[in-house]
Amino acid sequence: MSKKWIVVGEIRDGEFRHVSFEAIAAVKSIDSNNEVVGVLLGENISDFDKTMFAYGADRVLKVEHPDLQQYTPDAYSQALMQVIESEEPEGVLMGHTSIGRDLLPKVASKCGTGLVSDFVSVEVVGEETIFTRPIYSGKAFEKKAITDGKIFATLRPNNISALEKDESRDGDVSTLDVNIKDLRTTIKEVVKNTTSGVDLSEAKTIVSGGRGLKSAENFQLLDDLAEVLGAAVGASRGACDAEYCDYALQIGQTGKVVTPDLYIAVGLSGAIQHVAGMSNSKVIVAINKDPEAEIFKIADYGIVGDLFEVIPILTEALRQELVQS
Amino acid sequence: MNIYVLLKRTFDTEEKIEIENGEIIDDGAEFIINPYDEYAVEEAIQIRDEHGGEVSVVTVGDEEAEKQLRTALAMGADQAYLIEDEDIENGDEYSTQELLKAFFAEKEYDLILGGNVAVDGGSGQIGPRLADQLDIVHVTSAVDITLEGNEAKVERDVEGDQEIISVSLPALITAQQGLNEPRYPSLPGIMKAKKKPLETLDLDDLDVDEEDAEGKTKTVERFLPPEKQAGRILEGEVEGQVQELVRLLKTDAKVL
Repeated sequence: MSKKWIVVGEIRDGEFRHVSFEAIAAVKSIDSNNEVVGVLLGENISDFDKTMFAYGADRVLKVEHPDLQQYTPDAYSQALMQVIESEEPEGVLMGHTSIGRDLLPKVASKCGTGLVSDFVSVEVVGEETIFTRPIYSGKAFEKKAITDGKIFATLRPNNISALEKDESRDGDVSTLDVNIKDLRTTIKEVVKNTTSGVDLSEAKTIVSGGRGLKSAENFQLLDDLAEVLGAAVGASRGACDAEYCDYALQIGQTGKVVTPDLYIAVGLSGAIQHVAGMSNSKVIVAINKDPEAEIFKIADYGIVGDLFEVIPILTEALRQELVQS
Repeated sequence: MNIYVLLKRTFDTEEKIEIENGEIIDDGAEFIINPYDEYAVEEAIQIRDEHGGEVSVVTVGDEEAEKQLRTALAMGADQAYLIEDEDIENGDEYSTQELLKAFFAEKEYDLILGGNVAVDGGSGQIGPRLADQLDIVHVTSAVDITLEGNEAKVERDVEGDQEIISVSLPALITAQQGLNEPRYPSLPGIMKAKKKPLETLDLDDLDVDEEDAEGKTKTVERFLPPEKQAGRILEGEVEGQVQELVRLLKTDAKVL
């Protein structure tokens, strides 16, 4: 039986987060007849609704308010609660992003219900919607169901394929006026990180470095390789502790957990706490001079060699390959 | 300044995970304070040392968690509370939220700190949930906290960008990596910690009915990911290896 689900669409720096489309696909995979109401919260949403239709939303609800220009938990939770009260959906999905992690626990609390955070797949067994999610940063998995009330869940980016984009799709657009009051958060300033254009958690390709890079200057070798691949740069805890790079780049059980299509591990040994954060990547390449390094045990392809020799050659070879094609 | 820190006992991040009959095996495993909560403990101690007041650490768990509470006391926290949740069926984030809500109903607090996420369950829900229940503002993923009078200025990590915000106290703030460098307990600290107050509370003490704190989710299954097969180590000269790698990534793995 078809049911109504809300997918909260997320726009960052003028662009849709791809995980919003993946969340639409997740609802459709639960039941292809499900109705997806794409919800857009903002000050001035313009024609982002069309993109949501192209990726499978059936309806779009625009909620425009000056206080929704920037994310704050108070404004967004009040707006989303009013959407939920007016739509009465079966469930609410959004990406397990900075906003999803901050917003949905608050809204689930208001609704007095459960929330499945960071799921990577979903299936229907009998009457139940069962979500699979990593625990211990991917060292194990659990399957969870919500037993009471509305279903809330946040989807980890890069795990469910979005539906094929079809610009001919269309649907009804409606608006909802919301009341927002008593905001307790003042945003003073947002400092954009200019060093890397690609966000780690959503990146399709990641180039990651460890202590083998030996210095902050050498770490920039990875920037060149990443640029050729359109990749994000990550790091092991060792590299962060040694101050070769910022902690924002750390991948592992402390740090970010990532699942890109391609993960290139450079000069990192593969400590268990790092591997937890990346071992579910689809293809792993390891480059390390120590043939006994743990990272080779989980790599699909390995090069045993001096990274300072290998990386420039690899960067150049990829540049030629990708320019040709 | 009354500062509370939420902390969780978790597996050491170096531990391998094994499952038997759907349960995680914890025999012989090393346990630690969840690393993100450790940043919160450190921050609380620093704030107290600068602004005065008391640091109380709180955990929801079983009696084994006393060890982690003692570690926090040895770091410098003043007192500890252990809320036992063994009687709760399908305990989940909702359950923890309800227990902590009941606990804080009796307390006066200016600042509640916790980790951004725990490295075991990994859901990161408790901070925002509890703040909502207590009707105080929350800020997640803090990498810097400065208190000025009744205001907290917080720098938070937003997927690589930095957001600088201010909130009035009381507030709940969760710690991201980079907030500080947690101290190791000193020997005198460890000795002192043995004598610091540690109170254990159960559902009756908190006046919480078992059924009201029952989870809203259930775990159907736990499993380990398929073991990854070791792949191919490429051979030959560096140039040849690189050419072969590019070919494999393009034609076999199809990721270029």
